[in-house]
Amino acid sequence: MATTFAESEAAEAPAETIQKVAIVVSKGSLEGVYPALIMANGARMEGIEANLFFTFFGLDAVRKDRIDHLKVATVGNPGMHMPTLLGALPGMSAMATWMMSRKMAKLDIPPVREFVEMIADSGAHLYGCKATVDMFGLEEKDFVPQVDSVLTVGEFYELAAGGQIIFT
Amino acid sequence: MSTVTLAGASVEVDPEGFLAEPAQWSRDIGREIAAQNGIAELTDRHWLVIDYMRRTYLESGSAPTIRTLGKASGVPIKELYQLFPKGPAKLAAKIGGIPKPRGCI
Repeated sequence: MATTFAESEAAEAPAETIQKVAIVVSKGSLEGVYPALIMANGARMEGIEANLFFTFFGLDAVRKDRIDHLKVATVGNPGMHMPTLLGALPGMSAMATWMMSRKMAKLDIPPVREFVEMIADSGAHLYGCKATVDMFGLEEKDFVPQVDSVLTVGEFYELAAGGQIIFT
Repeated sequence: MSTVTLAGASVEVDPEGFLAEPAQWSRDIGREIAAQNGIAELTDRHWLVIDYMRRTYLESGSAPTIRTLGKASGVPIKELYQLFPKGPAKLAAKIGGIPKPRGCI
């Protein structure tokens, strides 16, 4: 009898779906930023609420002066399969960045500035991390207009409540 | 796949309700799918997006990315999400009778 009840409960329970995500962007390399942006955009495409929190060098992705100049890391990046000394040669990072950008463009993945605009337009919210902003001596005017505000960690957790947190 | 009746017509749909055969689609079927998915009335702006999605799929074999949709459909991204709050590409594809878009962008 108990088994039957449990079975009918399971059958009636709706499949669990993610309703909300908070994505922490902590890295400022191109390959550090894109996965976060793709996940944020993908969340909105599924109708999932999305908040992005840019911290440490992740803030470069929303800094006016850096957003168009993010680079692929060719040193200290085992994924590149490139000897460290070779990766350190002048122009190596620029070349890797150029190659990755070209491949992204083929998949219709926009440059970071346009991607950030797209994600904000899709209804996601973007925030800067206060500790980092203070550490680097930044102000709100240093950020692209898509950044809603600068939040403390506590405020971030408040708005992430009830959702999943993704750290990248 | 299962067979359902939409707008008086018998059509094949996948488990998520996307039409299996785009050729079985009609505008009335689209309206009924929209109503089932929380859009009571399809405006001209909705149809602009739905028609663009369907046309692109039928011509190229795949649905456009959200970026292309925002640039080429005539409806900007902000408005796309106002028209289809639960996901513009996915919902416009469903209403337009084409398979679920498989792209990540």
